[in-house]
Amino acid sequence: MTDKLVIIGNGMAPGRMLEHLLERSPGRYEVTIFNAEPRVNYDRIMLSPVLSGEKDYDEIIIHGDGWYIKNGIALYKGHKITEIDRAAKTVTSDHGVTQPYDKLVIATGSVPLILPVPGNNLPGVLSYRDLDDVNAMLIAAQSRAKAVVIGGGLLGLEAAAGLNSRDMDVTVLHLMSTLMERQLDPTAGYMLQQELEQRGIKILTKASTKAVLGERKAEAVELADGRIIPATLVVMAAGIRSNASLAKQSGIDVNRGILVDAGMQTSDPDIIALGECAEVDGHVYGLVAPLYEMARVAAARLAGDATAAFVHNDTPTKLKVTGIDLFSLGDFALGEDRQEIVLRDAAAGVYKRLVLKDNRIIGTVLYGETADGAWFNDLKKRDVDISDMRETLIFGQAYQGGSPLDPMAAVAALPDDAEICGCNGVCKSKITGAIKEKGLSSLDDVRAHTKASASCGSCTGLVEQLLSLTLGDAYNPAAVQPMCACTTLGHDEVRRLIKAKSLKTVYAVMQELEWTTSCGCAKCRPALNYYLVCDWPGEYADDYQSRFINERAHANIQKDGTYSVVPRMWGGVTSAKELRAIADVVDKFAIPTVKVTGGQRIDMLGIKKEDLPAVWADLGNAGFVSGHAYAKGVRTVKTCVGTDWCRFGTQDSTGLGTRIEKFMWGSWTPAKVKMAVSGCPRNCAEATCKDVGVVCVESGYEIHFAGAAGLDIKGTEVLGLVKTEDEALEVIVALVQMYREQARYLERIYKWTKRVSVAEIRRQVLDDLPRRKAFFDRFVYSQKFAQVDPWSQRVSGLHKHEFRPPAAVGVSQAAE
Amino acid sequence: MNWIAIGSLSDIPRRGARCIDTPGGKIAVFRTAEDRVFALADRCPHKGGPLSQGIVHGTSVTCPLHNWVISLESGEALGADAGCVRTISVKVEDDAIFIALKSQTHRAA
Repeated sequence: MTDKLVIIGNGMAPGRMLEHLLERSPGRYEVTIFNAEPRVNYDRIMLSPVLSGEKDYDEIIIHGDGWYIKNGIALYKGHKITEIDRAAKTVTSDHGVTQPYDKLVIATGSVPLILPVPGNNLPGVLSYRDLDDVNAMLIAAQSRAKAVVIGGGLLGLEAAAGLNSRDMDVTVLHLMSTLMERQLDPTAGYMLQQELEQRGIKILTKASTKAVLGERKAEAVELADGRIIPATLVVMAAGIRSNASLAKQSGIDVNRGILVDAGMQTSDPDIIALGECAEVDGHVYGLVAPLYEMARVAAARLAGDATAAFVHNDTPTKLKVTGIDLFSLGDFALGEDRQEIVLRDAAAGVYKRLVLKDNRIIGTVLYGETADGAWFNDLKKRDVDISDMRETLIFGQAYQGGSPLDPMAAVAALPDDAEICGCNGVCKSKITGAIKEKGLSSLDDVRAHTKASASCGSCTGLVEQLLSLTLGDAYNPAAVQPMCACTTLGHDEVRRLIKAKSLKTVYAVMQELEWTTSCGCAKCRPALNYYLVCDWPGEYADDYQSRFINERAHANIQKDGTYSVVPRMWGGVTSAKELRAIADVVDKFAIPTVKVTGGQRIDMLGIKKEDLPAVWADLGNAGFVSGHAYAKGVRTVKTCVGTDWCRFGTQDSTGLGTRIEKFMWGSWTPAKVKMAVSGCPRNCAEATCKDVGVVCVESGYEIHFAGAAGLDIKGTEVLGLVKTEDEALEVIVALVQMYREQARYLERIYKWTKRVSVAEIRRQVLDDLPRRKAFFDRFVYSQKFAQVDPWSQRVSGLHKHEFRPPAAVGVSQAAE
Repeated sequence: MNWIAIGSLSDIPRRGARCIDTPGGKIAVFRTAEDRVFALADRCPHKGGPLSQGIVHGTSVTCPLHNWVISLESGEALGADAGCVRTISVKVEDDAIFIALKSQTHRAA
C-alpha cells in the first residue's frame, strides 16, 4: 500500500522536494498538496523581472497544471490549512477538506514584516512576496504615481528598480546608513546607491518610518525626523519572518522558525518542515540555494535514505536588477587577524574586495565586474591556501599562471566540482556530464536535465560557455529548434523556403531542403502537408498519408480504435428535425454514447470505422455536414442567444456566430481554432478564453483573441472594437489568415501571439487596411478549395480503401 | 504454416496500411514508399493502439494514440520507448500479398 504524503504549501522548496522524490521513489507516496495561493508552483525569484516587465507570469511557472496531472498529484489551490490534528494524523483546510496523512510536510514559507506603525493597513500599503503583490503593484504603477519602498535590502531594491522601470517616481527608505548593509560593505553600498540614483530612484538612508498617512488610502509616509514623503503606493520590504504559526498552534517545537534536525524532521517524527519556515541549527534561510538543499535532504529522507543531512554553507548574493552586477559572499568585516585586498577602478565603476584570514578567502564583495565570483566562491568553499597567487588574486582567475586567459579558458580551468549554479547547487561536472551522456545541445536542455540556470539565471553565461566547451562548434546558441530529427531547419525557415523556392510537394520540400530521411516522420509530414495546403491552395494535392488518422478518417479515434462523430450545428443552434435524425442514427448503428461537447455540439462515440460512411450518409440526408471536431482547423463558434431572446443582448450574437462559422468552416489551420460570440459583456458564450472571441457591446463588436482554457488557462487579448458585423467578420478572417500563414504547425493562437506580440498582430490585421483586405482575400480564395464537405465526398466513394477492408481478406473466406 | 492471400498491392496506398481481421486477432499490413510490405499484430505494445491507423514513414509506423514509433521490420519500439509487437511473415508474388498464419489458427476459422 502506498503511504499518504500531504504537503502544506506549494512554493519552490516543496516543489523541488517532489521532483527529487518522484525521481528517487516514483509511486511510493500518494501526494496531496494544499496551496493557500490559488496557483501552481512558480519561480518566486523571478517576481522582480515580472515586475519590471522583462518576463511574463507564464515564463516563471515551474510546474504547470499538466505536471500535477502527469504525476498523479492532487493539488488544492486556494486552500489554507487551518488545523493539523496530530493524534488523528489529518489536516483540514479553510474550505473544509480533511485529508489524512502518513507523512506531513510543512512548507508554509515566510510572511513579510509589516512595520508596526500607524496606517500600515491602509489600502495602497503592500508587501512584496507573491504574484498578487506584483499584480497590485502593476495596477498601481499604471497611474504613474509616487511610490515609497520601505527597506533598502535585496527585496526592496528589486521592487524599487521594477517600479522605476514602470515609470513610477520611487523613493527608497532605508533604516541603516548604507544599502544592503548585510551583504555589501559601505563602499559597494555607496556605489550601488549612486547607480540607482542615476536611474532616478531617490534614496533616503537613516530613514526611520513613523507612520503611513492618509484618510481612506495611503497618501504619504512620515519619517521620525518629521519629513513627509507623498506616496500612493507604499511597499513594505523590510524583511521576512518564518511562517511557523500553524506548526506552533499544533504543538510542534518552534523557535524563530519550525525547529528541525539535519534530516528536516520536526519534533513530531511524522512531520517534516522545510523552506523559509524551517530553522536548522540556529539558521533560518531566505535564499533559494539552501532551501533547495533542504528539499534534497527531505526527499532523500522520505525515500528512506536516513543518511542525508543538511549542511550549512554560505550562499552568494546577487541583485537581480538589469545592468547592475553585484556579488557578495561570506564575512567581510575587518578584524585583527584578517587582511583585505581591494581593487578600485572608479572610471569603469568597478570595485572588488577580498577578505582573507590565514591566507584563505572568507569574504568577497564584487561590484561592476562579477565574472570571477564563481571562482572566488570555489576557492573559499575548498578552503584553498592562496599564498602563491596573492599578488594577482584580485585580478581574477584569468591572471593566474601567466598570460591572461579568455573567459572560455577561465571556465575550462574551473575544477570539476566548482559550483556553477548557486541556486540549485549544480557543479561543473554534473553539467558537462549531462551534456555528454544525454546528448544535450541547448540551454533549455541543460535547464531541463540539471536545473542549472533554471532559477535566477545569473549563471546562464557560464552554462553557455560549458555547452560551447563541451560541444565545440556543434553548439550554436542562436540555433533554432529543428522541426524534427529529419532536418536542422526550424518551422519558420521551412515555411519561408516553401514560398521562396516555390516548393509544392512534400517530396520537393524534402529534396530541396535536404531532409536526412527518405520520407520524413510523423512529426514533419503533417506539418509540411499543412504548410503546402495553406500556401498553395488550388495547386497542392493534399497528401492524405501525411495526415494524422483523425484527419484521414474525418472522425476522432478513441482509445479502443473506434471513432467519434460530431456533425456541424451552426453557431450551436439545432432543431427537432436534426435531433430526430441524430436519434435515428444512434439507434440504427447502436452507438453506445451520445455526449454534449463544450463547443455546443453533439458527439456520438464508439462508431466502428467501417460504419463511418453509412453514418455520414444518414446524417448528410438530414442536412448535416462534418463538424471538423477532428481537425487542426476551424472547429466551432459557440454563441449565446443575443438580441433574439435575451433581455440583456446588445447585438445578434447567434446570427454573427452562425455567419462566421458558415464563412470559415472547412479551413485548415496550424492548430484547432475555437471561437465564440457573446451578445453582451456578461459573456455567456465564454468568448474571453477562446482562440477568437467576440463580445458584443452597445457600440459594436469587441474582438478578442489568444485565449486558452485547456492545460493552460489564459484570458484573451483585446484586438479592438469595430462598429459593424461586416467589419467584425473581415477582421476575424484576416486574423485567422495571418495565423494560418505565419504560425508553426500545432502552435495555438495564444502561443503564436506570445511570440509575435499583440501589437504586431493588431498592426497587421486591424490598423493596416490594405493588408487586412489582402489577408481576407487570400482566405476567401483558399476557401474555394477547402469548403467541401469531406463526409459527403466519402459517402460518394472518395478514399474507399480507408474505410473498407481489402477485397480478398477474411481468413474464413480464404479457408473455404 | 499457411500462406493466405489477402489482396493485391494496389489495395494498400503507399505509406499506408490496411487492417485484416483474423481469428488470431487483427493484423496490420503496411506498404512503404518503396513498395516493401510488412505485417504486424495491430496492437501497439504501449496501450494497444491500432498501428494500422498510424503514419507510415521509412520502415516505421507511429501509433495514432500516443506516438510510439514501431519498427515495421522488427516490431520493436524505437527511441526511448521499450516494447515489441509480433511480426507476421509476408510475401508478395506478382501483385498479390500473402501473410503466413499458423495452420491451427487457420483451421479454427
